[in-house]
Amino acid sequence: MTVVQFVLVGMAFFSIGLYGVLSRKNAVLILASVELMLAGVNINMVTFDTYLQDQLHAGQIFSLFIIALAAAEVGIGIAIILLIFRNLQTADVDSLDLMKD
Amino acid sequence: MHRLLTIASQITLAAGEEGESAAEEAHDAFVPGITSGPLVEWAWLIVVVPIIATFIIMFWGKKMPFKGWEIAWGSIGFVAIYGTVLFVLNATQGIVYEGAVEIAQIGDLTLEWGWVVDGLSIMMYFLVGVVGFLVFTYAKSYMKGDVRFTWFFASFSLFAGGMLVLVSAPNLIQLIVGWELVGVSSYLLIGHYWEDLANVDAANTAFMVNKVADAGLFLGAIIMAVSVGSFRFDDIIDVVVHGEAGMLSQYAFWAGLLIFIGAMGKSAQFPLHVWLPDAMAGPTPVSALMHAATMVTAGVYLLARLFPFYLDPTGMFAGDVRDIIIVIGGLTLFLMGFLAIVQKDIKKVLAYSTVSQLGYMVAAMGAGAYTAGLFHLFTHAFFKALLFLGAGSIIHAVHSNNMLDMGGLRKKMPVTFWTFIVGTLALIGIFPFAGFFSKDEILASMKYAGENGQDMANFILILGIAGAFITAFYMTRLLALTFFGKYEGHAEPHESPKMMTVPLVALAFFAVAAGWINWPGVYTGFTTWVATRIPLTGMGDHHPEGLDWSLVVIVTPVVLAGVVAGWFVYGRKKKPQAERDSFRIPVLWPFFENLYYIPDFYMNAIVRPIMGPISRVVLWFDMYVIDGFVNLVGLGSLGLAKVVRVFDQNVVDGFYNELGAGVGGSGSGLRLMFTGRVQQYAAFSFIGVVVIAVLFIIL
Repeated sequence: MTVVQFVLVGMAFFSIGLYGVLSRKNAVLILASVELMLAGVNINMVTFDTYLQDQLHAGQIFSLFIIALAAAEVGIGIAIILLIFRNLQTADVDSLDLMKD
Repeated sequence: MHRLLTIASQITLAAGEEGESAAEEAHDAFVPGITSGPLVEWAWLIVVVPIIATFIIMFWGKKMPFKGWEIAWGSIGFVAIYGTVLFVLNATQGIVYEGAVEIAQIGDLTLEWGWVVDGLSIMMYFLVGVVGFLVFTYAKSYMKGDVRFTWFFASFSLFAGGMLVLVSAPNLIQLIVGWELVGVSSYLLIGHYWEDLANVDAANTAFMVNKVADAGLFLGAIIMAVSVGSFRFDDIIDVVVHGEAGMLSQYAFWAGLLIFIGAMGKSAQFPLHVWLPDAMAGPTPVSALMHAATMVTAGVYLLARLFPFYLDPTGMFAGDVRDIIIVIGGLTLFLMGFLAIVQKDIKKVLAYSTVSQLGYMVAAMGAGAYTAGLFHLFTHAFFKALLFLGAGSIIHAVHSNNMLDMGGLRKKMPVTFWTFIVGTLALIGIFPFAGFFSKDEILASMKYAGENGQDMANFILILGIAGAFITAFYMTRLLALTFFGKYEGHAEPHESPKMMTVPLVALAFFAVAAGWINWPGVYTGFTTWVATRIPLTGMGDHHPEGLDWSLVVIVTPVVLAGVVAGWFVYGRKKKPQAERDSFRIPVLWPFFENLYYIPDFYMNAIVRPIMGPISRVVLWFDMYVIDGFVNLVGLGSLGLAKVVRVFDQNVVDGFYNELGAGVGGSGSGLRLMFTGRVQQYAAFSFIGVVVIAVLFIIL
């Protein structure tokens, strides 16, 4: 097991997530893709923590932070999407161009 | 920059010439005791303090508890004290000092501001200080409730300060500066009650007449300076003493005459006297100070300052002018006395009296009697200030200047009455009051001059004796009409407050005692006091050994005859005022009442013919040149405005419009990028991150 395999997995996660963020039309799926990107980052963190044998385990601690952050993000994100859906009857990001003005 | 070197050279000079001049000069060569030291070096304060006081009063006077009076009073009090100290020291030790500060250097000409401390100027410091102090004290009460109380004291301080600049001047330039300061402040003071047009006219008359005379002074000073090469009195006197006339000998007569014309204006000599009686329009304290210590004494002072130039023992300088001076003085003392007889206004009687007495002083200068002229100036200052303040006290009580509104004030105003009597006795010259000694000395000097080759002096001596009669006559009339008889005015007369009577009493003391400091044969201190510098030049005047009894025997009965005649005509019967004053001599009286038609002559022969064309020229100039210029400027600015408008609309506006359009265009271009789509934004930010990452890797 070399570090390259783990990095490749992390990169795949990140890239799939990025693709999802840029191409999905449904806001909920975009949010899920963001979670995938964060998971890719987490894998990277843990991989390099082990690989570099960090005494403080900063990578692992950071990945815990990111998981907590992702949970909070999903909570707020879902709440926003829910409110948008309630007000505009849609969750399609292409029709949400209010930020233009 | 002290001038002691020059003075020292004069001392040695005087010592050298002592041998030849000792025969004709009776008194001993005199070596001044004080020529340096802090007391004289700080004497410039005398000049500066009143002028600074003027500005303090002007700016902060209104906020002070006494509205600025205290500053004026304090500053003149300082001058009085300093002047008295110097006066006493000069009397005991003799002072000759000159300090100077260089102000500017123009080619060979050095402009200096200096202060002379010698017998002559110390006498003037003392006079201005003491008389001024008493008048300022009096004025507080007299001017109470005046609208421009503060402003009055500001100009009054400037008036005293200007006079001090004048008498402290070591050169003609500074003298002229002081001369004009006195002129302008007198203009302000005479026109103090400017709400009345007559007062404004009086102020204008005073200013204009003085300006006519000043032209003479300027020309004389320029001629003098160009031919001597210096404006300093020391240098001028030096040239005279050494008899090295050089260029000056050709012009000396004209320089002397022109400077005398300047002196005639300030000292109100016939025919330039017209402004002084009109100057009565000012408040009474102003008249008192103006007629006593400041302004009118300036001319006599100038003649005294340049005395060796006029005395002219070598015959190369302005000796011939003295005949003109004595004639002008004689005519003034004689002719102006008559005008005092017919005046109804109490202040105008005193004003013509002043003009007449100034005639005595100037005539004395013309007769070569330096001491006699200055001595009369000295005593006259005290008793004329006393008489004016007394008249002010009466006016304050009866609210009228007209003597027909007065009468019978003897019992109601005892202090004013008795001090006025003292002043009158001093003025008409009754032994032992001050005027007796000074007038007697003038007449004695004229007699001496007449006996020693100045033929004109004999004639003027007769005018002088006749003038003594006239003086006694009009002063008796004044006393009879104001203090005797029955009161006919409207106001309720009362004695003036302490603030006004105390200065009267103090001046009355001087009016008695001032004469005793030069009692021929007994004590002649004044002669040496004012002449601290004269021995240095080896030129003095004649000093009698004792009273000239032949003159006393003539003059005193003449004066008494004047009093008796005056009383006989005006005081005898207790009739109503108008009837008592009904004495008239058919041809003469209308002539006197019209002031010899001199004002009419000036008005019709000089003012109107000159004023008419000048006003037309000025009107034409105003309408065509000044208006044309103004219109031109208007048109010019209109044209400029048009150019500016074009520039503004096309260039400036164009720039800003283009700038706006550019910003708008780029905004609408950029606007396309911001669609409001979240995913597009995310893509942009990802591209940005990639770009940054690539940059990091490359660099």
